[in-house]
Amino acid sequence: MGIPVVQMANIVSIAKTIGANRIVPTVAIPHPLGDPLLSETEQRKLRHHRVGIALDSLKTNIEETTIFEVKE
Amino acid sequence: MKKAIYYINQFFGQIGGEASADYEPEIREGVLGPGLLLSNLLDPDIEVTHTIICGDNYFASNEEKAIDKILHDLEDHYFDVFVAGPAFNAGRYGFACGAICQAVQERFGVPAITSMYEENPAVPIYRDQIYIFSGGNSAAHMRKDLPVVANFMKRTMNGEEHLSAKEEGYFPRGVRLETFHKPPVISAERAVDMLLKKLNGDEYETEIPMPSLKGVPPAEPISDLSQSKIAIVTSGGIVPDGNPDGIQSASATKWGQYDISGLNELMQGEWQTIHGGFDPSAANENPNVIVPLDVLREYDREGKIGEIHNDIYTTVGTGTTEAEATRMGGEISEDLKKSGVDAVILTST
Repeated sequence: MGIPVVQMANIVSIAKTIGANRIVPTVAIPHPLGDPLLSETEQRKLRHHRVGIALDSLKTNIEETTIFEVKE
Repeated sequence: MKKAIYYINQFFGQIGGEASADYEPEIREGVLGPGLLLSNLLDPDIEVTHTIICGDNYFASNEEKAIDKILHDLEDHYFDVFVAGPAFNAGRYGFACGAICQAVQERFGVPAITSMYEENPAVPIYRDQIYIFSGGNSAAHMRKDLPVVANFMKRTMNGEEHLSAKEEGYFPRGVRLETFHKPPVISAERAVDMLLKKLNGDEYETEIPMPSLKGVPPAEPISDLSQSKIAIVTSGGIVPDGNPDGIQSASATKWGQYDISGLNELMQGEWQTIHGGFDPSAANENPNVIVPLDVLREYDREGKIGEIHNDIYTTVGTGTTEAEATRMGGEISEDLKKSGVDAVILTST
């Protein structure tokens, strides 16, 4: 039995091409879960949100590659 | 003059047909059957000194024994190149040619060459290990297929530069070599030509074919997040300061496993990224932007997840070959399963 994996990726099209099944989009290549233009607090909030989506995706049943959308 | 040794089955070795397929491997001086044609084609550059004959069933049912016997027989003879087949579309013969070529090449360090029809089931198994030329589907193609093999053998033995797999006529082995484009047209012009053809809906040929990937079916979801052990894996190159395992900044062949138990977050100065494919300043300032341990701890404290695995796993995903990535992924998965991890967050850059 395999274990579920969620890929948090900036270039979603590549993640899809290589066969990732659960995908959560990230901010940018050098800082997937942060943004130097934002304050520390805002960055942490953003990271908290996206990792939360990622965790929820792990308990979601999927049949095919699924992109879990983020709010901000 | 260079020397070659030639492998054929019981049929082409004139022992007999299906009734003789259990014939044990044997080495003989000189050539017979298609070896006569091969010998003529190679003359005067290469001499085929010996022929090995083995029954297809014998090889298939006693592969290890057959290979051992043949390798043992070959030890008494000097040769520069090994050749087998063509196997056309014969499955058992194809597997025998592939397996013996691979074994001989490994043991004696000489190039091993064979030829098969593209649908021979041995092609996908051995094509990345040895030279398999694309041949016809039956022995009627012998006079067409053997000269191609012989020509490649001669050019290889004369030290001539190899052309691409497609130009030479063998199945691509997944090996890329640097070469100058002939005629010399710079890559920018070639790329624009391709783009124009694409825009016009014309046929064009990519210079970098993408590997066709076998996907894996999605794993079953975890039933209760609050009872689950979660691990973080990254291809973003986050390592303890100083990169203790020497993971490469590009084309990585190594991965590392680092203890984060007792850490609330990854601190600047204690962790860094060694990924060579992007500006590392943001990640070095706050490594949690690639390995989000800080917020995962929050979810742990809130009880959204059961626990966080004690180790994170790291490699670098730039220029990394599919083969290396597959191997490393397999090794990491093994450790994850051994550690009782229920689900994984994989961050990529």
